[in-house]
Amino acid sequence: MKILVITEQREGNWNRASFETLSAAQQMAADAGATLVAAVVGKGVAALAGELSGFQVEEVLQIEHDLLEKYTPDGYSLASAQVIAHEKPELVLLPHTYQVRDFAPKLAASLGKGMIADCVGCRHEGGRFVFVRQMFQGKTAVDVTFQGEPPWFASFQTGAFRADLLKPHAAGKAPVRNVNVELKPEQIRTKPLELFREAKQAVDLTQAPIIVAIGRGIKEPANIPQAQKLAALLGGELAASRPICDEGWLPMDRQIGSSGQTVAPKLYLALGISGAIQHVVGMKGSRTIVAINKDANAPIFEVADYGIVGDIFEIIPALTEELEKTKAS
Amino acid sequence: MKIVVCIKQVPAKDAPLAMAEGGAWIKETDIGFEMNEPDAYALEEALRLKEKHGGEVIAVSMGPERSKQAIKEALAKGADRGIHVADERFYTLDPLGAARSIAAAIRREPGVDLILTGLQSDDQGFGQTGVLLAELLGLPHATIIMQIDVADGRMKLKRELEAGWFQWVELPLPALLSIQSGINKPRYATLKGIMAAKKKEIVSVVRAELGVDEPATQHIERIYVPHKSKKTEMLTGSPKEVAAKLVEKLRREARVL
Ligand SMILES: Cc1cc2nc3c(=O)[nH]c(=O)nc-3n(C[C@H](O)[C@H](O)[C@H](O)COP(=O)(O)OP(=O)(O)OC[C@H]3O[C@@H](n4cnc5c(N)ncnc54)[C@H](O)[C@@H]3O)c2cc1C
Ligand SMILES: Nc1ncnc2c1ncn2[C@@H]1O[C@H](COP(=O)(O)O)[C@@H](O)[C@H]1O
Repeated sequence: MKILVITEQREGNWNRASFETLSAAQQMAADAGATLVAAVVGKGVAALAGELSGFQVEEVLQIEHDLLEKYTPDGYSLASAQVIAHEKPELVLLPHTYQVRDFAPKLAASLGKGMIADCVGCRHEGGRFVFVRQMFQGKTAVDVTFQGEPPWFASFQTGAFRADLLKPHAAGKAPVRNVNVELKPEQIRTKPLELFREAKQAVDLTQAPIIVAIGRGIKEPANIPQAQKLAALLGGELAASRPICDEGWLPMDRQIGSSGQTVAPKLYLALGISGAIQHVVGMKGSRTIVAINKDANAPIFEVADYGIVGDIFEIIPALTEELEKTKAS
Repeated sequence: MKIVVCIKQVPAKDAPLAMAEGGAWIKETDIGFEMNEPDAYALEEALRLKEKHGGEVIAVSMGPERSKQAIKEALAKGADRGIHVADERFYTLDPLGAARSIAAAIRREPGVDLILTGLQSDDQGFGQTGVLLAELLGLPHATIIMQIDVADGRMKLKRELEAGWFQWVELPLPALLSIQSGINKPRYATLKGIMAAKKKEIVSVVRAELGVDEPATQHIERIYVPHKSKKTEMLTGSPKEVAAKLVEKLRREARVL
């Protein structure tokens, strides 16, 4: 069996999730006695290919073309399909990044194949891989297996595997090989324009030692000052899940999660946040996590050190009072 | 513009979920359902494009009989007509199979300019359907869209990237876009809209009759409540008691206060 990992870079910078997937793939290759090959796609990516070759892989494929300099779903899926036809991997693994969600299902479908996306785990069992993914916003998990003929496609959620477990190459370096792809400008229907960030960030939550984060459980803007006061008492910053920022109740730069900030404070207090994976990836590195939620089955409790099942509108005042009391004494 | 918007009906956010016997799905009895939240943003965007550029909005939903309710809600908000792809066991389909079925229904509509989907469904959460539809229908696509400007048969789009980054991209029409939550403020249905919706057409097609019968590419072996990755200490008692316990724990055990 041959496993191909397609890594991700943008303008010469890695998307670090690539290394988590590569790390998962090393383990999977070991479990299944498979060959592991890693690919880097773009233009002028020789240095990145060189970096990849330092990890325990059979070889590194360097896929370069002028039309791959900027990401487009057409360019990336057409090029990847050619590489797959040439290299014939059984399993193609990708990090579940926004770019991968944008082209990998198309790539798989263009070959008549399916993809198991956004996996949080994988195990080798009875001679096949069983992939674990979430459903119902993390309230349930499912074990999924591939049916039919390879190639099979799967992507791994950020934070599901540990990049720090990546094994360096046993013999120093793996060989790097160019794989030619043919692309014509008229095949690329998207015109990619500039990358940008919105107005500059007013707060840097990554530096906050304590974060009090509110979710949709806060119900309405009128309730936010309660949480604000609690944050101030704790000497921390106020943050939020995406829906709160979508509503405009707090500015975007206070959003935690895959499309917002990734933080790792010493204390993260989650108030009325369900714990969807896109939120959790942004905060699960926190040293101590406290979750308060009225739903005992909320997935946020899976990552919490301390959990309280209850109504935040009863617990916030009690907590505020308790902190004021201890402060005074 | 002729705009198709794909709307899925999913269990209500606070619905208590229980696994169905030996299946790949939950027990549907005694729970409420609602329009998949990201799809409400896609619908709103479709309605605004229609208001600006004229044309019609067609709401498409695949699922059991109950899914018609989501179509009716779309009609009440201003969609012109609906297509219901009926399948009581839609949850046994893999992402590609589901997309093939929806694509087959959309192919019956000539001259579609734009297809909008939500970014992800709150139930199965494949995060793939839009991109798959684009491939199956031979359309260019863009995902995680936060702004749409249409001029001269082309679109300028704001795509969300990770960690606060964005990108402008341009696409020709016809095309497919998957819409990110927060792009707009979805409207509520008015009483007038609800009354008007009663006269609007919902065409039903049975999924099995669409001629989509490729074998599934993947199979759900088991559905279960996930294992905890951390040992969570649950604090119990009255609000006053848990507050005191928590402060104590944060001081003495976690040492964060
Ligand atoms: C591509 C993509 C990117 C995304 N990026 C992000 C991101 O960066 N950040 C992010 O946060 N989300 C992101 N999301 C959205 C994410 O999937 C969830 O929809 C979101 O995190 C849910 O926010 P929430 O927990 O506040 O709301 P909900 O899921 O609605 O949860 C509200 C919770 O509050 C609880 N609650 C309600 N009332 C009370 C009460 N009185 N007391 C106690 N508890 C109460 C409920 O039990 C529930 O668990 C993204 C989604 C996608 C598809
Ligand atoms: N059964 C369905 N009926 C209508 N639209 C759907 C269906 N399944 C998925 N979609 C659309 O595809 C989007 C992404 O769904 P998913 O790929 O399941 O995460 C949803 O937000 C809907 O717009």
